[in-house]
Amino acid sequence: MYSEFGYGILLLSFFVAIYSVVAAVYGATNKSLALIESARRSMLLMFPLISLSAATLIYLLVNDHYEVSFVYEVTSRSMPTYLKVTAWWGGQAGSLVFWSWLLAAFASAVTIRKWDRDIEFLPWVVVVCSVTLAFFIGLVVFYENPFTRFWSVGGAVEPHMFAPANATLFTAQDGRGLNPLLRHPGMVIHPPMLYLGFVSFVIPYAFAMAALITGRTDDRWIRLTRRWSLWAWLFLSMGLVLGGRWAYDVLGWGGYWGWDPVEIASFMPWLTGTAFLHSVMIQEKRGLLKHWNMILVILTYDLVIFGTFLTRSGVLSSVHAFANSPIGPLFMVFVTTSLVVSIGLVIWRWPQLHSETEMKSMLSREALFLLNNLLFMSILVVCFWGVIFPLVSELFTGQKVTVGPPFYERATAPLFSALLFLMAVAPLSAWGHSTFETLGRAMWKSAAAASVVTAALFFTYTKSIGALIGFFLIALILFVTFQEFWRGARARQKAQDENFFTALFRLMGRNRRRYGGYIIHISMALMAIGILGIEIFQSETQGLLKQGESLNISGYDVKYRELASWDSKGEGVNYTRATLDIYQNGIYIGELNPRIDYYFDSQQNMTIPGNRSTLRDDLYVLLVDWQPVSSDGATFKIFVNPLVNWLWIGSLLFLVGVIFAAWPDKDPVEERTRASRQVSQPSSAD
Amino acid sequence: MQRTKFILGGTFILAAVVYLIVSSTQASKEYFLTVDEVKAQGASVVGKSLRLSGAVIGDTIQYDPNTLALTFEVAHVTGDNAEIEAQGGLAVVLKTASSDSTLNRVKVVYVGPKPDLLRGEAQAIMTGKIGADGIFQADELLLKCPTKYEQAVPEQASTN
Repeated sequence: MYSEFGYGILLLSFFVAIYSVVAAVYGATNKSLALIESARRSMLLMFPLISLSAATLIYLLVNDHYEVSFVYEVTSRSMPTYLKVTAWWGGQAGSLVFWSWLLAAFASAVTIRKWDRDIEFLPWVVVVCSVTLAFFIGLVVFYENPFTRFWSVGGAVEPHMFAPANATLFTAQDGRGLNPLLRHPGMVIHPPMLYLGFVSFVIPYAFAMAALITGRTDDRWIRLTRRWSLWAWLFLSMGLVLGGRWAYDVLGWGGYWGWDPVEIASFMPWLTGTAFLHSVMIQEKRGLLKHWNMILVILTYDLVIFGTFLTRSGVLSSVHAFANSPIGPLFMVFVTTSLVVSIGLVIWRWPQLHSETEMKSMLSREALFLLNNLLFMSILVVCFWGVIFPLVSELFTGQKVTVGPPFYERATAPLFSALLFLMAVAPLSAWGHSTFETLGRAMWKSAAAASVVTAALFFTYTKSIGALIGFFLIALILFVTFQEFWRGARARQKAQDENFFTALFRLMGRNRRRYGGYIIHISMALMAIGILGIEIFQSETQGLLKQGESLNISGYDVKYRELASWDSKGEGVNYTRATLDIYQNGIYIGELNPRIDYYFDSQQNMTIPGNRSTLRDDLYVLLVDWQPVSSDGATFKIFVNPLVNWLWIGSLLFLVGVIFAAWPDKDPVEERTRASRQVSQPSSAD
Repeated sequence: MQRTKFILGGTFILAAVVYLIVSSTQASKEYFLTVDEVKAQGASVVGKSLRLSGAVIGDTIQYDPNTLALTFEVAHVTGDNAEIEAQGGLAVVLKTASSDSTLNRVKVVYVGPKPDLLRGEAQAIMTGKIGADGIFQADELLLKCPTKYEQAVPEQASTN
């Protein structure tokens, strides 16, 4: 009953999406406002429809309807209710519904805004959103249906949506349960965050396409979607960070990022998205790079679709497994078609997208932004190459060859370093024209301070050249950025006769985008500290300890006290927990409890580290194995991860920076800067 | 003049990126081989970076908690997806491979925590080198358990 209802509603929303595409296209080409309005309304209908279907699915999940195959696959009786709800995105079929639901929500939010003089964009924005929705709902309805049920036919159980002849409904006793690795708060919010980021990038793309089709190729579409892009970027970034945090807390290998194809798939749209956020500024301020921005937003959209597929298809280690999933080829067709059509539109409008000025100086702000874009694209190319290399090599040599994490680390390290250097230089360069002399004058104090810090680190902390270069660049960014805050606030303090903090506060409030960007740069520098720390200075040890014995690593003594093992029948888990006393330089500083959880329903272990985190380093202890008689001993693996906490601190500051930059304000100062340059066009304040 | 400078700069960056990609690929490429291919190529693959995949034989898993040395054997599984599909899917192929003693096997040694997913009939994907003794020294061990996550029909099905 519920299954048919949920499925029926989805089917209906599929047809509504198709109708809205047809009505919008027909309405726009025949200038029929009534049809466009009808398309808009059917677009608005999508959200309540998909919500209803999703609510049905959640009802089935929460109430143990194990006759439904999706419910059987991702939940079990022992799971708490909140996990049963979040199991919605724990499997492919459900997460496609989740994706569609988010997109419907965003598309609705966009369509109910006041369109006024942007009304010509409306039908095409509806078209892009509805086509994307129709694709995803179509996948759910025809290929990955979460409402499929089990039927018993002549002794065998088969999954079908509707009852086959002579079949009775088969209800499993209990579900298989969500993979225990995914039963973690980080995993509960990581996929939605990533998806929020993925889906919200559809909106800027929709506006870009609308701009191309209508021929309104000025930067109106960019201004309209600037905040969308920022929020999209925020969610995508937080999704990536949370994924890293989850890996660190749950996967128990002492790391946070493994360059695996699934991670790279969600990292690639982030790269193009970040490049896009930077390069739209050049278009707004200088009227340059219009073609480029179009291409970036198209790439981001297609990488988002590609990433959605890769992250959920369950193919981890091999690109070849595309062929195994029935929806793989469909995704490829959709990505290729949208790429060809969009690029076709860009070529069609190529002459209208010409630059309004020329780039004159290699050191001007716009040239450095261009360089920043090239670096992001280079990292993208490295990532893409790494993912497709096995296919390419097999095609040309017949030999399957892959590349692992060392490839990515080696190839991207110089590129990331160059990006750090740009982060220090670009804020000091001027729009239009800069020279080595002007840059040098603006930079020398910060460079001197950063050199002092680096020299101090050389004598007290590390002799590693790579690490010292990294720390120098980080220090340079921090000094330059703080100097910028200082200079701006001092200037305002003098001009407005305010006290320093009032001046700083107002200065930042009036230039949210600029200072939000600086906060983000600081957060990136902090995150870089954490990454350098764990990548370069990680140390590890391991061993079998009898009670009272200890292992020594980097000034820590880790002493094994006891081990306890017990079943928690309600949760269906066996816990084995070790207690270790930690001493630092001989002084007792606390205990750690690494444990192994064994899940009966999925017969799987989960290794939970004991972690003591400080600003200096993390002591990260894993329980690896234990003897049948616990007093005989247990085996531990211990990592010391210096500075890694700065990665998480940086990401919190990042959150603050993006929200600061994206928060709606009523005083669009930015608009004025360019208005002076456009004489023919009236100022385009929102 | 400015234009030339930009073109030169762009070319330089492009060349640098191409160099980075090519040299890093050369330095870290791993040959993806099946057990049969490793056996067939014999001494020619000794010492090369390899990525080997196979089906884990449950009875051969041994773990020494003192040294964290993990040893097990993997049996040949074809790398051809069409062939896997033809034989009834990865889960079936892994099951038959791990019980068929006529298939080629390779002994694997890995030092580190025992992975949570390691058990018989799992698909192991290992990165490392093979020694002259024919033992594969794995630096990295990745496991997939298709029986658990890909089989869509409840197990009660077979008993009905």
